[in-house]
Amino acid sequence: MSTAENALRVALLGNPNCGKTALFNQLTGSRQKVANYAGVTVERKQGRYTAPSGRTVELLDLPGAYSLDAASPDEAITRDVCLGIAAGESRPDLLVCVADATNLRLHLRFVLEVRRLGQPMVLALNMMDAARRRGIEIDIAALERELGLPVVETVAVKHAGAQALVQRLDRVVAAPTKRDAADADLHAEVRQLLAAAVRMPARTAAFDDVIDKVALHPVWGLVLLAVLMFLIFQSVFSWAEPLMDGIEGGIKALGDWAVASMAEGPLRSLLTDGLFAGLGGVLVFLPQILILFLFILALEESGYLPRAAFLLDRLMFKAGLSGRSFIPLLSSFACAIPGIMATRSIQDPRDRLTTIMVAPLMTCSARLPVYTLLIAAFIPQRTVAGLFNLQGIVLFALYIAGIASALLVAYVMKRFSRDRSEHALLMELPSYRWPHPRDLAIGLWERGWIFIKRVGGIILALTILLWFLSTFPGPPEGATGPAIDYSLAGRIGRWLEVVFAPIGFNWQICIALIPGLAAREVAVAALGTVYALSGSDDAIAAELGPMIATQWPLATALSLLVWYIFAPQCLSTLAVIRRETNSWRNVWIAAGYLFGLAYVASFITFQVTRMLST
Amino acid sequence: MRSRLANCGYNREPFLFSAYLPVRLSELLPGNTAVVHTVEDVGSADPIARRLRDLGFVAGEPVKLVAFGPVGNDPLLVQIGFTRFALRRSEAARVQLQAAGASA
Repeated sequence: MSTAENALRVALLGNPNCGKTALFNQLTGSRQKVANYAGVTVERKQGRYTAPSGRTVELLDLPGAYSLDAASPDEAITRDVCLGIAAGESRPDLLVCVADATNLRLHLRFVLEVRRLGQPMVLALNMMDAARRRGIEIDIAALERELGLPVVETVAVKHAGAQALVQRLDRVVAAPTKRDAADADLHAEVRQLLAAAVRMPARTAAFDDVIDKVALHPVWGLVLLAVLMFLIFQSVFSWAEPLMDGIEGGIKALGDWAVASMAEGPLRSLLTDGLFAGLGGVLVFLPQILILFLFILALEESGYLPRAAFLLDRLMFKAGLSGRSFIPLLSSFACAIPGIMATRSIQDPRDRLTTIMVAPLMTCSARLPVYTLLIAAFIPQRTVAGLFNLQGIVLFALYIAGIASALLVAYVMKRFSRDRSEHALLMELPSYRWPHPRDLAIGLWERGWIFIKRVGGIILALTILLWFLSTFPGPPEGATGPAIDYSLAGRIGRWLEVVFAPIGFNWQICIALIPGLAAREVAVAALGTVYALSGSDDAIAAELGPMIATQWPLATALSLLVWYIFAPQCLSTLAVIRRETNSWRNVWIAAGYLFGLAYVASFITFQVTRMLST
Repeated sequence: MRSRLANCGYNREPFLFSAYLPVRLSELLPGNTAVVHTVEDVGSADPIARRLRDLGFVAGEPVKLVAFGPVGNDPLLVQIGFTRFALRRSEAARVQLQAAGASA
């Protein structure tokens, strides 16, 4: 979207929860572009529409802010853009300050703070429908007079609810006629404004009080939360499964069809095992990402998400996280990719980074094939204490080990962080409201598109690189071993054996770890390739079990199981960390600490088991 | 000012001053209301105290403690003006309340 020369550049700003983004969606529809502000991970949303006069209006949706005295990177961006000092941004021609008509006591203070800037501005009183329903009466003319700037009513969630704003922006907007001194008491002035222009029958919506009685109840609130979390977990974990299988099958069929007429050879292999496998590897994440974000967007828009954070904050805070970390971590049990993307709902940068760093420790579904294979092959089917299955206990212990190490890592990160200052919770619990389907649809579209555009490329490129490593050079004439053994990956695997021998990995495992970089579950198929098995993935796994049961010592199997608790080698996770933190340094830290933990834990497991079993 | 708020339909619940008078927001119990006296800085230029003042925790403003979080009575759900905020105990401890006489 290029900037038209004579376009009117308008910035939307306002308190969080003022319905600013819904207004933005109403005005611009699908004509939006999401990027990041220069040098920071704050999201920059820009859109445009054509005014009745034919003039193009370019709209910037600034991050929500309680004050221009910034307390977060989001607020700093809002301040800098308004002041015209943000890197790479020009000062907007016009500011539209959005205020929730049902929450004027809080929002008008910010309006006054913005008015101090002395720039042309319009106040949009949003959610006027909700205000009327609650019996709140606002004398617009009086407010306009007292504020000295144009005031329009908007209902962002209603069709044509922004017409008054569109028409007002099409006329000339001057700078406010009134302005406070820098040291004026804005709170006192807000009280005067409310007294002059607003009649307010009740303090909160009775509706909110009733829901909160249940939603925040020490028992029922937690029950409701558990039910919702179970629903999210269940849908991300299993409802996405058929869609993922469908995508994988579809891409594979497409790949087979594309190469059907091609001769057997490196090009055909590149297309099926490199390009189409990589494409499938990218798209397969979409169902989980979209389902998870549908829930998160709906919970966020409805106002429930901060309530969930309220209920969980104390528990998470002890571990160095915050209440908002819970849903991203829960989703990471399905897959760390959507989990890490979901950390966007954590405003505090330090809490967000900690959550991103520990998310890969949640046992994702891709580890299950590896766990299943090894447990079935090495852990006897035995009943423990007359009730429990030993195999089940081991699987459970692996999950618990992941959670325990996440809490430990979060705690250590908090203890040894350079930033030891107190970070506030100070979270607004907004009024409940129905999420608007348009806002959900636009939000989902954005998340899916961002993933494909910025993470997909990295995953695709790495898959092709891995294909190259495991294919070249090909086996010599008359070779007997599996082809991968002669390739670069095979050679690297043999070298790696030196590194991994102390933790009990043989060269077959080392080789399988390399294609396993693409996704953890690929390691099973890769092991099958190394052991020269062929057939479908399931057939390979079925054959592989008995074979490794006789060939590997128990210590090696347990060591590999423990390795997979930490499993630092998922490149897609590292790619999404790179994208979400905008820093390679964080990628190296994450990969380094996961590798270190995996190595130490596997080393202890291998050596102790060996000692005990001899 | 306060009488005007009363006209707006703002009803303060009867406040029972028994043996103990809370002096900080963190000492209120659910259902209690009080009036803010001041927000104290912890250390110099405390950003959390500054933010609390921006959010409306200023002298004379009525506050109500709505609920506690389920674990360890933390965080606190506080209503100020038309807005509800979740505050951790350490954050709420920064808010000093007016003595009974001043708030009556």
